[in-house]
Amino acid sequence: MTLPVPASLRLCVRRRRLPAANGATTELGLRVPSDVACIEQVVDLLMRHCTCANWLCRRSRFNVRVAVAEALANAIVAGNQENPSKSVFVRAELGPEHVRIEVTDEGTGFNPETVREPLDPEDLDRPNGRGLFLIRQLVDDVRFNDQGNSICMTLRRR
Amino acid sequence: MAFTATRDTGGIYLIRVEGQLIVGNRQELKAAVQEALESGERRFVIDFSRTGYIDSSGLGALVSISKKVREQGGDLRLSGLNEDLRSLFELTKLDTLFAISDTAEKAAGGFAG
Repeated sequence: MTLPVPASLRLCVRRRRLPAANGATTELGLRVPSDVACIEQVVDLLMRHCTCANWLCRRSRFNVRVAVAEALANAIVAGNQENPSKSVFVRAELGPEHVRIEVTDEGTGFNPETVREPLDPEDLDRPNGRGLFLIRQLVDDVRFNDQGNSICMTLRRR
Repeated sequence: MAFTATRDTGGIYLIRVEGQLIVGNRQELKAAVQEALESGERRFVIDFSRTGYIDSSGLGALVSISKKVREQGGDLRLSGLNEDLRSLFELTKLDTLFAISDTAEKAAGGFAG
């Protein structure tokens, strides 16, 4: 099946059969411009492939959508600071047991340990600071590379 | 994504969010509410019954809007959150900050006076 790709995104799709043969894993690679207007397109594109994988329940599809939108926003705005000469790289592995999505920017990175939880009553009316917390709540596993400019999110099949 | 705004005869300014409320369009919503405030509107309902998802910037925009409306002596209510969208408010405890109704009609009926 061929899925339409927005012109501004560079996409590479590869399918490979797992050794355990319990299903096919689809790998996608995307190069995304540092433009927040692209976020919806990328999320839609990934979700169309997730739907092809055909096992995510409604809530999991929703969680992936929000987590990816969030990670892209962080990468474009905080990481690349919306610099048009920089890109965000998305690598997605859509398999029978899990969805794993890696989002990498070209910024200097940050230390995720320094990000505080936004749940204190005095923090509730702050307009920002919920992004990473939300990602951690929505997927099963979140990891960063040492530099802190790449996040890897995994959601397991239920 | 698009916003549609209507004013009912009871003086309720209803904004429906169609599509997503995310970093790329949150300013449009903030601007729409600001403009309505300047026109004298004080009772707002933001309805999400046609909304796909909201990111943390969208949630943050709602927090800012709520603050601004309250500062102007107004009131803001949210409506139409499905189970998935509602979970975002619960996870971030924002369900304790906002008055949330099942439907826009119920939200409109919740204003004092």
